[in-house]
Amino acid sequence: MLQDRDRIFTNLYGRHTPGLTGALKRGAWDGTKFLLEKGRDWIIEEMKKSGLRGRGGAGFPTGLKWSFMPKQSDGRPHYLVVNADESEPGTCKDREIMRNDPHLLIEGCLIASFAMGAHACYIYVRGEYIAEREALQRAVDEAYEAKLVGKDNVHGWPFDIYVHHGAGAYICGEETALIESLEGKKGQPRLKPPFPANMGLYGCPTTVNNVESIAVAGTILRRGGGWFAGLGRPNNTGTKLFCVSGHVNNPCNVEEELGLTFRELIDRHCGGIRGGWDNLLAVIPGGSSVPMVPADQIADAHMDFDTLRGLGSGLGTAAVIVMDKSTDIIRAIARISYFYKHESCGQCTPCREGTGWMWRVMNRMAEGRAQKREIDMLLEVTKQVEGHTICALGDAAAWPIQGLIRHFRPEIEKRIDQYSANPHSEPVRVAAE
Amino acid sequence: MAKIIVDGTEIDVPAEFTLLQACEAAGAEVPRFCFHERLSIAGNCRMCLVEVKGGPPKPTASCAMSVRDLRPGPNGEPPVVLTTSPMVKKAREGVMEFLLINHPLDCPICDQGGECDLQDQAMAYGVDTSRFAENKRAVEDKYIGPLVKTQMNRCIQCTRCVRFTTEVAGIAELGAIGRGEDMEITTYLEKAMSSEMQGNVIDLCPVGALTSKPYAFKARPWELSKTESVDVMDALGSAIRVDARGREVMRILPRLNEAVNEEWISDKTRFIWDGLRSQRLDRPYIREKGKLRPASWGEAFAAIAARVKAAKPEGIGAIAGDLASVEEMFALKLLMEGLGSKNIDGRQDGTVLHPKFGRASYLFNATVQGIEDADVILLVGSNPRKEASVLNARIRKRWRAGGLTVARIGEPADLTYAVTDLGAGPETLAELASGKHSFAATIAKAKRPLVIVGQGALTRADGLAVFALAAKVASSAAEPAEGWNGLSVLHTAAARVGALDLGLVPGEGGLDAKAMAAGGVEVLFLMGADEIEVGPGPFVVYQGTHGDKGAHRADVILPGAAYTEKSGLYVNTEGRVQLGNRAGFPPGEAREDWAILRALSDVLGRKLPFDSLSDLRKGLFAAHPHMAGIDAIAAGSAVDAAALAKAGGAIDKAPFRDAIGDLYLTNPIARASAVMADCSAIASGRVPAAAE
Repeated sequence: MLQDRDRIFTNLYGRHTPGLTGALKRGAWDGTKFLLEKGRDWIIEEMKKSGLRGRGGAGFPTGLKWSFMPKQSDGRPHYLVVNADESEPGTCKDREIMRNDPHLLIEGCLIASFAMGAHACYIYVRGEYIAEREALQRAVDEAYEAKLVGKDNVHGWPFDIYVHHGAGAYICGEETALIESLEGKKGQPRLKPPFPANMGLYGCPTTVNNVESIAVAGTILRRGGGWFAGLGRPNNTGTKLFCVSGHVNNPCNVEEELGLTFRELIDRHCGGIRGGWDNLLAVIPGGSSVPMVPADQIADAHMDFDTLRGLGSGLGTAAVIVMDKSTDIIRAIARISYFYKHESCGQCTPCREGTGWMWRVMNRMAEGRAQKREIDMLLEVTKQVEGHTICALGDAAAWPIQGLIRHFRPEIEKRIDQYSANPHSEPVRVAAE
Repeated sequence: MAKIIVDGTEIDVPAEFTLLQACEAAGAEVPRFCFHERLSIAGNCRMCLVEVKGGPPKPTASCAMSVRDLRPGPNGEPPVVLTTSPMVKKAREGVMEFLLINHPLDCPICDQGGECDLQDQAMAYGVDTSRFAENKRAVEDKYIGPLVKTQMNRCIQCTRCVRFTTEVAGIAELGAIGRGEDMEITTYLEKAMSSEMQGNVIDLCPVGALTSKPYAFKARPWELSKTESVDVMDALGSAIRVDARGREVMRILPRLNEAVNEEWISDKTRFIWDGLRSQRLDRPYIREKGKLRPASWGEAFAAIAARVKAAKPEGIGAIAGDLASVEEMFALKLLMEGLGSKNIDGRQDGTVLHPKFGRASYLFNATVQGIEDADVILLVGSNPRKEASVLNARIRKRWRAGGLTVARIGEPADLTYAVTDLGAGPETLAELASGKHSFAATIAKAKRPLVIVGQGALTRADGLAVFALAAKVASSAAEPAEGWNGLSVLHTAAARVGALDLGLVPGEGGLDAKAMAAGGVEVLFLMGADEIEVGPGPFVVYQGTHGDKGAHRADVILPGAAYTEKSGLYVNTEGRVQLGNRAGFPPGEAREDWAILRALSDVLGRKLPFDSLSDLRKGLFAAHPHMAGIDAIAAGSAVDAAALAKAGGAIDKAPFRDAIGDLYLTNPIARASAVMADCSAIASGRVPAAAE
């Protein structure tokens, strides 16, 4: 269990003031200048040592990502872009950071920008986060006023920070789509390579990081990479904000050590599963885009990147969606399919066409109005989408369905049998050739 | 160069090649929908997936990955790409299935049928039945102008049209709205596109979503006879293919010619064909008591002979029009020489260009392809967007590549790229030539300055003086690149350079077009000359194709053949000799123009020395050897600006005016075309372009 002294987000629940005075009391902006004076290489080395893996879902080592930025500028400016387009269903961690601990984020922006030679940072806030954008902007204004950031700040690194408000598209959480959107274009992912570290915002070297990855940087550097690496499990170090939602007694956001077991997480912070552990059906452990894990496999699993990958799922954003046995699991996944159909940008064929197809079949399956052979067809369609698209949205749309079929195929078949056992006036449709 | 192994064949390709190009270089065919050589890479159709060994275990879009980005094997072996592996086959079949689930199965009623990329590739990668049991998507058709018909159910969102209009045509008017499967291609609020090259999206569309509106449901591609020819709508001489069914031209498509039009043509070139059917002169006419009456060829020739024999040689004149081919102008010149007249002119617009200053004095010397090397472009009295839309797209292409400054002296207009306006008239040009203007330094620094002189500057009284100044500016680069001649005349008429090459200018003491038209002659031959107002007095013989201005003034009408109805040479603005071919026969009793002149010469007792087109050409090539070099340019030597200036005289203060007023109504064929009339109305804002 995470000790209070190891907590990074000490105002996660907004019990204290999010303003600068409160943030200073909680330790933000403490010795930032000293950290910067240690130099770029030290910062990146320390981040690498901490073992911090990106908190946005993919889990790519943050220090390594920073080190991809060119050491010397070739004349083009460098940019840091912070991805606060937190739209993954079930995820609400960045929201709390922006609301209640915005100064940790702003300090992190300064440190990260310094480490990659950027003088400007853009924070791309999700369109629906209006109060959060205002809170963040207030904090940025405070920081400017206190000369913590700005052209001529006390840290001696000319640095501007801009809060940009998105328009509410899920796809703009994909780093290159976010960059496109930031440039004023339609939010559609770019082809890679070239990667943003080479050709990002306005064609300049850019690093896109998640809010949480940036917000923890200041504390990691203050306390040392070794401290952070000492928490959690090997290769899955540090603390992480878990967003537990669904059928638990007390849904909550909580900062915990990576690698605690699911049972610990639920029992300690969420008051247990609704109706007891026997009532647990399945868990989506990392936001809607990862496959679900059935109860027996998840109950005592460690909540970290590697363990969950071993279970055929992933930690993602650590948005834990708990479903008990009252859940209509097929309808639940059908709803997720609708989300991806709705949020597909429409750029590339498999995702544009496949998400709609999958959703429609899922919808029928939720009713049972399908043929059993269509289960295999659906699985094949998900495989035709997965890995064939420009960005990972295609994968994200395919995985929940794959997870459902993998673990709950009998449930789908049962639904189909039930439907066909009852006479319906409407026959099962066949292809319109 | 980088080594790469494609399907077991090791080849050497430039490192910047994409995998798709590398695969093609190795002889492997890669299907594609969104990729197009001349457009930016979108990588969104996912049809060109290939397998890269050693990469991630998923297929890679070959259009978007460059050879340079591939990693060599562990021991430095070249990267391996497979285009026929089971993974690739499965991936492509999957993509094809996705493309087809929402694509209507209406090939039998689709105009693209028979020349549809999706149809062709469905034969290779499609399966026989559909597994898609849901309802297909329905998309409302959009109005995007009078030229392009939309059937948006068929759209596969490849965005080629969007990329073409924004990148090549330079109008950001076509785009995609909506997201996911609701993504739709449209213009904003369904306004008509404003580009004069929009027809190219029809060719680019790999399916039948964008088709030709005038051609809709008229013919099937396999029933058309295809004739390779050249366009005469502007002086660029774009390569075209004329598709005809029987006698009628059904459509005109571009042909690839890197040196001239790449693979684009303007809308005027593409949609002119309905003008070839209406207002045609299909029999001779004679004016009697102020009214034209149908006549036989014999009667018409006799009427002409009577007037010609009554006239003195210096009372006979001839003007060649804008669409005439070299052969008929050659025949006309021989006929006038035979009649002893020096009154001949091939410059009905009154341009000051004259062969006596050398061939380089009336050519686009830099060549169209040379635009891509230019570093500074100065437009003098020219609006290339109207005068040669495809050439304008070439300038835009150069501008997009970066490092090009474009400046203009003349009427401001949107040319689809950034232009600095230096001034309005010759005075600015004079300042520039004398080095007083601040822009003179930019030209002096340039390696390849290109000065494009339009007819707006050359058809003025002070045209020669203006031209001399332009020549001086063009040669004012301090260190020009070896062999660069940047003085370039942009013509507006397809026949003009040919006429100047043949010397269709008044001889010693002869009258020019203006003087002839004003009544300086007794008998005036108008060979397709419709853009000149002939005053009262002369007996006018009009030989042409359409009942247009010339025919209205004519006393005798001789029906000729339009450019699609005869084989003829045309010399484009850069001096490139090109051969146009006959796609069909002229209507009724109309004949090919050279044959009319040959027959008439017999009646006049001055029989021309040839009995066939090949005889005529033999004579032509003997007199003008460079005409035999089809598709080649016989470059002239640099213009002597001093000699020009001596002939030029003083400049006027009046600002330059563009040579072309209404782009869509510049010649008799265009004026007879209903489609061009629509375009003209929309371009001039006479018709509000409402949605339906």
